[in-house]
Parts: sequence; C-alpha cells; structure tokens
Amino acid sequence: MTARPNQPERYYNYAYLDEQTKRMIRRSILKALAIPGYQVPFGSREMPVPYGWGTGGIQLTAAIIGPDDVYKCIDQGADDTTNAVSIRRFFAQVADVAVTEDTGKATIIQTRHRIPEQPLKAGQVLVFQVPQPEPLRGLEARETETRAMHAYEEYGLQYVSLYESVATYGRIASTVGYPTMVDERYLMSPSPIPKFDNPKMGDNEAILLFGAGREKRIYAVPPHTSVRSLDFEDYPFETQTWEEDCALCGAEESYLDEVVLDDAGTRMFVCSDSHFCADRRAAGHIGPMADHELAALETEPA
Amino acid sequence: MAYVAVKGGEKAITNAHRWLAEDRRGDTAVPEVEVAQIREQLSLAIDRVMSEGSCYDRDLAALAVKQARGDLPEAIFLTRAYRTTLARFGASLPVETGQMAVRRRVSAAFKDIPGGQVLGPTFDYTHRLLDFTLAANGETPIEGALEAEEAQAYPMATIASVFSHEDLLEADTRTPDAPEPFDLTRDPMAFPAGRDQRLQALARGDEGFLLSLAYSSQRGWGNTHPLCAEIRLGEVAVEFVPDELGFPIEIGEVTLTECQMISTGAGGTDKAPQFTRGYGLTFGHCERKAMSMAIVDRALRDASAGEASAPVQDEEFVLYHSDNVEASGFVQHLKLPHYVDFQADLQLIRRLRREHAERVAAMKEAAE
Amino acid sequence: MSASAPTVLDLAEIAPAFNDPTRESQAVFRKVMDAVARPGTIQDLAFAPEAPDGLDRAAGAVALTLFDFETPTWLDPALRGGNAESWMRFHCGCPLTDDPVKAAFALITDVMGAPALAAFNQGDAKYPDRSTTLVFQLPGLEGGPRVTLTGPGIKGEALLALAGLPEGFWDQVRANQAKFQFGVDLIFVAGDRLTALPRSTRATIQGN
Repeated sequence: MTARPNQPERYYNYAYLDEQTKRMIRRSILKALAIPGYQVPFGSREMPVPYGWGTGGIQLTAAIIGPDDVYKCIDQGADDTTNAVSIRRFFAQVADVAVTEDTGKATIIQTRHRIPEQPLKAGQVLVFQVPQPEPLRGLEARETETRAMHAYEEYGLQYVSLYESVATYGRIASTVGYPTMVDERYLMSPSPIPKFDNPKMGDNEAILLFGAGREKRIYAVPPHTSVRSLDFEDYPFETQTWEEDCALCGAEESYLDEVVLDDAGTRMFVCSDSHFCADRRAAGHIGPMADHELAALETEPA
Repeated sequence: MAYVAVKGGEKAITNAHRWLAEDRRGDTAVPEVEVAQIREQLSLAIDRVMSEGSCYDRDLAALAVKQARGDLPEAIFLTRAYRTTLARFGASLPVETGQMAVRRRVSAAFKDIPGGQVLGPTFDYTHRLLDFTLAANGETPIEGALEAEEAQAYPMATIASVFSHEDLLEADTRTPDAPEPFDLTRDPMAFPAGRDQRLQALARGDEGFLLSLAYSSQRGWGNTHPLCAEIRLGEVAVEFVPDELGFPIEIGEVTLTECQMISTGAGGTDKAPQFTRGYGLTFGHCERKAMSMAIVDRALRDASAGEASAPVQDEEFVLYHSDNVEASGFVQHLKLPHYVDFQADLQLIRRLRREHAERVAAMKEAAE
Repeated sequence: MSASAPTVLDLAEIAPAFNDPTRESQAVFRKVMDAVARPGTIQDLAFAPEAPDGLDRAAGAVALTLFDFETPTWLDPALRGGNAESWMRFHCGCPLTDDPVKAAFALITDVMGAPALAAFNQGDAKYPDRSTTLVFQLPGLEGGPRVTLTGPGIKGEALLALAGLPEGFWDQVRANQAKFQFGVDLIFVAGDRLTALPRSTRATIQGN
C-alpha cells in the first residue's frame, strides 16, 4: 500500500490513535490476557465512527496493528458487508496496512458477530467488536452489582436464568451471546457470536481480544484456554444445526444465512462466512443453487 | 415481487457520501451558509455543541454544525471525535466565576442583591410570536441595546457571599492537596462517583436528558425543592502556568453560564440546618442546561446519602445514560446488520413452535 | 515532560531511545503481547535500541513501550540516581515511587535484593487489573532450574529454565498463582530476549 498524503486521515497519527492512548490500551490488553475473561476498564476514546459501529474493536486493532500486518475485517461473517468495508478502508488508509479477505493470510482479523469457519492459527489475533461486555447485564442492570458478582464468583443468577429457560421452553433458549466460563473462573460474554461459534473459542491457537468502546471494557482469551459454554448435565450445550446445506457451495457444517427470495416463502441458505464459501466454490464444491447471482458478486478491493 | 440481496460495498458507501453532501448543500440557487454566519447567528447552537462536545472553539463548533446539517448531537459527536485526538499541554487553573465580567445575573431568592439583577440577553420575557420581519430578505434593522447609566459592579458579588454572614448556605470546601479531578475523557466511569466525576458527566450530558430528569424531580420523583439562587452569564479569564515560567498567564477568555440552585435539607439535630447547593456550569449561554444540571447534581447528592428512590437520584442510571454520543451510537447501531443473530433467533422460534405443535398434537391424541 | 520532573535533567547526558517510537513500540508490544498470551515462549527483541548502563535492551524496550506519566514505577534502588533513571524519566515520563503498592510497574535488576512479589500491588477483588506488573532483568532466560508451566496460553505444558532467580522464588510464584484473581504479573528479560508469566500460569519446579 502506498502512502496517500492527501487523504484527510493523514492529519492524524499512524493508526489514528495517539501514542499515549495506544500505550494505555496496550497495558489493558496485557492485563486482560493475564486475567482471562475478566473485563478490564479502559479509557476508551471517542472514535471517528459512532459507538456501536465497532469502536472497541477499532481501538484494539489500532493499538496492536503495524505496517507488517495483514488485516481482514468481517461483519456477520462477510467481508463485503458495509461496515466491514468501511472499517477495512479506514485501516488501509490510516495504518498503511495490507488487507485481505483470506482468513489464512490475515494476521489480524476484526469481527462482528462471527468467528471464521476456517480454524485460526498461532500468530493470528481475532479482535471482536463487543456491544455489551457484561454477560450478566440482562439479569442485573447495575454495574456495581455485576462487578461484585464477578469479584466473588457469584454466578448463581446466571444458572437460575438458564434453568428458568429450561422450565419454560424445555431447553436452554439462548442463541447468541450464550454465556461462557473462561478457565473456570470468569463468566464471559462471547460478544455476541451465535452459540454455533462458542466451541471455537476454547483451545484456539489464536489470541482472542474483545473490545467494547462505549462500555469501555477490554477482555481476552489467550490461546489454548478453556472456554466452557454453561449447561446442565441433563440439558447439555448444543450448537445450531441446519437441515439445509449451503445453496452455493454445499457446505454441510457452516453457519448459514437465510436469504429471502420472494414473497411466497422461498428461501435459500448460504454460508455466512463469505470467504469460506468462496474458497470452497473455487475448490470445486457445488451447492444446489450454485448458479445464483449471489455467487457472482464480485469482492471489492478496499 | 422478487428481492435482490443487497450487499454493501465501497461503491455504495462512496455514493451515499456524495448524496449526503448534496443534501447538506440543498438548493444551490440559495447561497451557501458560511461558517462565520453560523458562528454569529446560530450562537446558541454553537454553545450547546461546545458544552456537550467538551471543546471551547466557536469556529470548530460552527463547522461541526454546518457539516452536521444542524443536527446538534451529530455536531457534538464530530467535535468530540476531533477533540480526542488533540495533544494535551496541561491543565488550566480553575476559572474564577466570581471574577466574571457579567452580562446577565438574576437571582430568584431575593428581590435585590448586591450588584443588582441584570437581565441581559434573554428570551425570558419575549412573546413567542414568530417575527416575520426576520424572514424578510435582507438585514433586519436592529436597535442597539442602551448602555447602563451606572457602571455595573465588578466583581459582581456571588450568592455565596450574600449568605456567608449567617452561615446559612453550605460552603464548598477547598482541599489544597486534593488529587487532580477525575477525567472522564481519560478514565472510564467508576462508582461510587465523586462529585468531580458527576459534574463532568453532567456538563457533557445531553441537555434534553438532563432537562427531563430535572423536570421529573420537580414533579415529585426525587424532589429537592430547588430555588434558583443565581444564574450568571459572562466572560472569565483562563489562566495557565507554563512550567518554564512558574507563574500564571492569561491564555484567553471563555463565556460561561453558571447556575446555583439551593435547597433546604442539610443539618438536623447534630448540625444546624442549612441550605444546600446544586451546581450547573456550561460553556457559552446554555441556561436550560445549566439549571437542569444544578437540579440533577443536587438530586444525586441524595443518592450518595443512600436515599435513592427516583431515577434522578440514581447515580448509575443518570451518569451511564446521560451521554448522547454513547446513547445515539448504541440506539442507532441497531440498523447495522444483525442477520447472524436474527437467523439464530429464527431458528430457535421455529423449533420451539414445532415442539409446541407436537406437544399440542400429543395431548389431543391422548385426550381422544 | 522533563520540565515537570522533580530534579533537573541534564539533557546532554541522556542517550537516545527509539528512532521511530510509533513503529518500534508497536513491534515491541506485539512481542510482549505474545509473551503474555503464550507464557514460557521466548521472544526476540534484537531490533531494540541500546539502553543505558544497568539496563538490558529488552528491559529498556519494555519501559519505552509501556511506561508513561500514567504509570507510577518502582525502580530498583540499583538503578536510582543513575543514567537509567534519567533516561526513563526523560523518554517515558513515568513518575517514580518508592512504595511498591503504588507501582503500576516495577523494574528490578538486583533480583536477589528485590522485595517479595507479595509486597507489590496485588489488585482489588473487583479490579484485579490494578496489580503491579514486574519486569525482572535476569542474567539469562535459560540454564536455571527447570520449571513446568501449565495454564491459559499453554498447550499442554511448557518448560522454562530462568537463570539467576533467588531460592524460594518459585514458591512465591506458586503462592501468587494460588490467590488468582489477585496477584502480580511477571515479565522476564535478559539481553534482547523476553518471556512472561502472567498470574494465571501454574509453575512447578521439576523434581519437586
């Protein structure tokens, strides 16, 4: 990537944040890694995108990124969603960094709501954008209370809530942001990814960093760390499955998006992970609607 | 009809930005508004943007208002996002509002007070009739305000000094070796919040939110029986001590609105009863905001005394939800794609409905 | 920054630090992050600039990358009053503290004479991140007693054989880990190399 001296972003420091802010965030990252699953309060700054658009993830990326990195950004699993395009373009401009859609080639992957299907490897960092870092917030509105619950490992409320769900629905009716226990100590919100992705967090090769800009919290899961989805012996944790396969690439075990095709109830299901799907198609895998125009969408350069 | 899957992309974003710019400009047959015009003629918008944007720069605020097409929370956001990147050279000395060059000062507590009531530039007694002469093309003739016959008192006595002889009003204590005030722009909110943190959060807080909270308090949801002891508007000097000099130099002046609300309340058997204070301070002329802030400040004091029973007295509720940049972002982020989450919910609901139908069918069968 | 320091710094005597603070501190940080995320792995900081007398290059690089006016720093008495102190005050701007409990960071070169791990800030039950991070400068990161590591960041087990640590040090580390979420986090440097032991790592001396 060549420098673009005329871009307005060049009036700002490398990777946008000033060096003192980067140091503050870097110190928070180290404490987050040292206390897996614990939410470190940090001096989150106002960013040039609104809170809710990934300000936590952007601050994490800005604090760790360097010119040798290769950056990938996904939203809902896809590289071509509007906000992912916008954030990728931001870092290409302010950090002179190479960008990619290839999960295997990226050194930093920033994500909202998904973990890529392709297993991550050592040397990669997965940065999650987190709207609500507090797993207990839905059960207890007060930060003063939830912070005490984490401090004294009082997670009874969470189990009661799961039990009530079983009593009402006959199953644990939690679908995204399904609560997890990190290294058997801290209850952690998975950001919210669908529970389909929960098992990918445990014993991962990559470093998982979570940033909540508006709530001003950073937390982390180091590689090879236990991340257990809460459950009961008689109601074990289970992930989503689909009766359908991906209409484009035929994948049987990826997370699927439902695409509405008309007013008459016609649907197609396609991989939410756009790179995973494209890769499979390039390798010759064919789904039942492989010719659909969705398969022909060009991926755009950032 | 058939649907076309819409996926975003660079082209869509670029075009959206162009369209936005067109809409901002409006009809090109009408002259473009200049930043200086906004600064001079929409000055109260500027004042609000500077206050909630935590950045005293009239030109910058005017640019933000122009760029935001008059959407003040958007302009506040632009100002904040710019401010956060600025280098910090140090902290000024506390400004002395007692030394303010007063343009407006009113007290509702006394008919007359030292220095007198100074009405100043206020909407208070205007009749809210649309002035169609302003709509006329060209400059509206302005009759200049008259000069006062007597020179105004300087410094203008503060309300605290009026009360000081009788010890009727709880005094603010000064702690010379107190730590640097909490700074929300550097550190996340922490609870229980000190008054420094509370006042900073309220000063940055959304005017509408604080107004409604103050109003709810007046209507009985945590009433503090406030009385407006003083509002003053004017200019104060900002002083800074450069390390290389070691003494203060004046680096400029700022316009401030200050409000002192007093309430009955403190004291009882152990301590002689006294009036207590709520404090409001804003950049520029933001009277509604300063008054609301003072009422909420005083109401939150009850929270620290463990008496919280109404929303306005609940420190965590008020301070966590007063920032409109945070609130606007989180409410509006719901328009970003959530289809991964929604697919998970859809799947669950379909499954639960299927199971429900099976149970109903089984029960029916058993009954027959 | 130097003007606000308690005693006057002689700028002529202060050695340079990073050539390009933005790029170099980012590169150092990634090594430190990897070290903390993968306890027991040895990171190479060969690109770090020279540090003043008494400080290894890796120690200087960590200070330049993480210390600033927001981090009260406990500096080993062996470093106080010397070039290393002036260098850190000038380049990092970190306030120095004599009270280990107030320290966000501690930089220890005289390992044998250092206060116990428990003397530093252990964090708060609600805010365990407020504990001190200690940087130990050792004669070597290899050749000492072999220690087995397990815990977050480690696949199975890792081995570490840090040189120059005092008798009983690993008992302190074990006690530090045992009271998780409280506890200090440790970074070890020698020459231009670095490794880390966050409080979550369980360490056992081999043969015990």
